[in-house]
Amino acid sequence: MSEPGPPRTLRPPVPVAVMAAVAALFLLLPLLALAVRTPWTDIGSLLGGERVRQALRVSVIASTASLGLATLLGVPLAWVLARGDFPGKRWLRAFATLPMVLPPVVGGVALLLAYGRRGLVGESLADLTGVTIPFSMGAVVLAGAFVSMPFLVVTVEAALRSADTRYEEAAASLGARRWYVFRRVTLPMSAPALAAGMALAWARALGEFGATITFAGNLPGRTQTMPLAVFLELETDPEAAYLLSFLLLAVSVVVLVAMRGRAFGGR
Amino acid sequence: MMLEADVVVRRGEFVVSAAVTAAPGEVVAVVGPNGAGKTTLLRAVAGLSPIEQGTVRSAGRLLDDAASGLHVPPDARRIGMVFQDYALFPHLSALENVAFPLRASGTSAASARRRALAWLDRTGVAHRSGSRPRDLSGGEAQRVALARALVHEPDLLLLDEPLAALDVESRHRVRHDLAAHLATLRVPCLLVTHDPLEAALLADRLVVLEHGAVVQAGSLAELTRRPRSVWAARLVGTNLYRGTAGPGGITVGAATLAAIDPPQGPVFATVPPHAVTIHATRPEGSARNVWPGEVAAVEPLGSRVRVSVDGLLPIVAEITSDSLERLDLLVRPRVWVSVKATEVEVYPA
Repeated sequence: MSEPGPPRTLRPPVPVAVMAAVAALFLLLPLLALAVRTPWTDIGSLLGGERVRQALRVSVIASTASLGLATLLGVPLAWVLARGDFPGKRWLRAFATLPMVLPPVVGGVALLLAYGRRGLVGESLADLTGVTIPFSMGAVVLAGAFVSMPFLVVTVEAALRSADTRYEEAAASLGARRWYVFRRVTLPMSAPALAAGMALAWARALGEFGATITFAGNLPGRTQTMPLAVFLELETDPEAAYLLSFLLLAVSVVVLVAMRGRAFGGR
Repeated sequence: MMLEADVVVRRGEFVVSAAVTAAPGEVVAVVGPNGAGKTTLLRAVAGLSPIEQGTVRSAGRLLDDAASGLHVPPDARRIGMVFQDYALFPHLSALENVAFPLRASGTSAASARRRALAWLDRTGVAHRSGSRPRDLSGGEAQRVALARALVHEPDLLLLDEPLAALDVESRHRVRHDLAAHLATLRVPCLLVTHDPLEAALLADRLVVLEHGAVVQAGSLAELTRRPRSVWAARLVGTNLYRGTAGPGGITVGAATLAAIDPPQGPVFATVPPHAVTIHATRPEGSARNVWPGEVAAVEPLGSRVRVSVDGLLPIVAEITSDSLERLDLLVRPRVWVSVKATEVEVYPA
């Protein structure tokens, strides 16, 4: 029997080669167009503009907070899905990944109905503490966490499920309690997957549009994020929209390169 | 500080039902073929696999009691365990690995470091304290694993195939050093191995496990003088049969074996391979045990050859290379086997 090696490289059949080339063009052309039309000479004045600076600030703060929330809650959820054994686990996993396929605007409406002023939880929250979430920075954070957490959960869960539990057993046999094992063994050993999941989640939160505009609105300086600003500028100042779009594209490329396809098992 | 385990462990269809004890300072080897349930038994003692029946008691503490549902988790058992392949934490240095059990129980960082370093020194790998496990040789990793299993002064040491991951050259050295460490041990030690030499050199007493049950226990000399297990028989290289002795001889399956004055009832019978003769045609001699068979395998052994013959009674014969040539076994595998009744040793099962 031969050793399982890397798959052989083959010359593709002509129809496959042609369609693959079309696919590549289809994906690359819009990005190329964006790069070509971006007004590089105005970069200084545009980035210095109040509107862009505010959107940038909201986006950076909110997406980072979303990432923090998604990590804090997503890692334990991933652990429970990977290692736990309880009825309804398959359903929980399905619901945990639902936001990945849900139209974001539906997510926004659902968030509004849960945490809105008249929402399932939001109403009591407002009555008890006077805090209302919608149309605030908090809403931007929640919307981002809602759409991005599944990416983190899926990545970390896959890593935990394929991880060798011998190390955790070894730790237990050496007197480490479960919480200590989790902190000192499980978490550090899944660090690469966690980093990949965090990068994906952050990029997803940064780009969120539908859920944000529905749940958090579009208040400049408070809830207007970069994607929202792009959409608005398209009406008034297309050149600015191009530049902002390119900025977001660049961030995505950097994230992808930094991960080197780790989350998807590529090389 | 005694270890007493008498457990039934189920792993799917496979059931391990075994009792082992080990006194303080005593090294007990659990031996047997692959898949006999050795590691399953060790994991049950460690608390990593739940038991279905029975009890585990160590250093006067009841750790498992199936009847009352008592189960002390592994982290509260005060054990030290060396895993097959060692399971050193890849993200920690050798020193941090050894300090791990101390840190886990709340020892301060400085004190844990000091004690870990002292243990690395005792096992002879202090100069590797800063290295990550992936940079250690197999022998070094084994020593770090041993230090990690002993640094927190456990009540019980468990070793799962501690030398299996090593290459032949380093195994010799590491085995020698491990034996020296085990000799100074003041707690019971349970060692799982499939390697007879390892068991012979490291253990004071052996427990032979086959198909999940203890078939023989005792010192190596006791085990090999009167083998009662396939493992022990293979170790001394003899043919072992289990049967019932009656007036007509010893019934083994469908075959009957003649012996001189065997004890009646269930018995073990051994036939040394050098006492087995192979013939091309039905022999005329005085041997009382004669049956036809087919050569299944031929294996050289120094100047002699071991021949496995399938038949009514599968047997291994040891013949000279000359005989092999004369019999032409590779071309004519259908042969006759004969064994003198005086060569069959019988003892009660």
